[in-house]
Amino acid sequence: MALLDYFLRKKEKQVTTASKAKERLQIIVAHERNNRNKQPDYLPQLTEDILAVLRKYIHVSDESFSINLDNKDGDLNVLELNIELHDEQKAD
Amino acid sequence: MARIIVVTSGKGGVGKTTSSAAIGLGLALKGHKVVLIDFDIGLRNLDLIMGCERRVVYDFVNVINGEATLNQALIKDKRVSSLSILPASQTRDKDALNKENVGKVLEELGETYDYIICDSPAGIEAGAMMALYYADEAIVTTNPEVSSVRDSDRILGMLASRSRRAELGLEPIKEHLLLTRYSPKRVEEGEMLSVEDVEDILSIPLLGVIPESQAVLKASNAGEPVILDTESDAGKAYQDVIDRLLGETVEFRFLVAEKKGIFSRMFGG
Repeated sequence: MALLDYFLRKKEKQVTTASKAKERLQIIVAHERNNRNKQPDYLPQLTEDILAVLRKYIHVSDESFSINLDNKDGDLNVLELNIELHDEQKAD
Repeated sequence: MARIIVVTSGKGGVGKTTSSAAIGLGLALKGHKVVLIDFDIGLRNLDLIMGCERRVVYDFVNVINGEATLNQALIKDKRVSSLSILPASQTRDKDALNKENVGKVLEELGETYDYIICDSPAGIEAGAMMALYYADEAIVTTNPEVSSVRDSDRILGMLASRSRRAELGLEPIKEHLLLTRYSPKRVEEGEMLSVEDVEDILSIPLLGVIPESQAVLKASNAGEPVILDTESDAGKAYQDVIDRLLGETVEFRFLVAEKKGIFSRMFGG
């Protein structure tokens, strides 16, 4: 029987569970990477625009400003702005 | 400058602590000064794998809180004098670590040690983020299995966006793939993702392939990192990992199953 199995096995080789696993992984990983990379493409421009508006009114140094777009559990996006203001930096 | 290496994976149970222990000890055996840090706050286990669980007096969180100095908390390995272990605490104080206080400890360790190996907890919570934040290099430990590969890919995303190097726009963390629990026989039978499959999906350079091995459980039973078992396949594979980390080119071993004779095949061996 083992001899028979040996020859039969060769023929069945086309769709193995490993190749199924690889295919599924390639799809899901590509999808998840896409979501991951989507975040920042408008972020640099947005950062510059916000800074430009702020600087019309107050002095903001690069260090006292941070912007962060966070994805919480896949369906909630939070845009977080942190601007440190010091008393003397307020415009007259 | 010390090389800060995080051993990470996303998924639990893939061999992070086993690998941290083997790699830390292996580098120390080559004469380097190495410190192993257990970042798994609340679930300390590196001490057990290293066989120094009864010598823990103070831990990482004690150092952070100023209740002990680094020298009081570091445990010197009894086998190799150039290796120290900084154990995790067992109290579940998950907010104990932050960028600032971890940074200070790493900086102080960097004055003495050549290699700082950070054994990351599983998951993508604060502890795992702290373990990878300061890393220069990452050893992404992966099993040839769908959930582990997917989680590794998520961790690669974190390395590229949440680390200090990413935040400061420095040269990115150097990533290494460490494939563990590999069974060439099952790969040949089409039941397991191959090295090439995982490399294709994660597309990061391969550092090592550790075969599924009985030696790993025996090593953890004894508290002797598996790299000390120089006769075992896993021990040899970790030794190759060390040589590659130190810049040598070493051919990959244990990638093909031992061939059965034609007779045992025909008559069911």
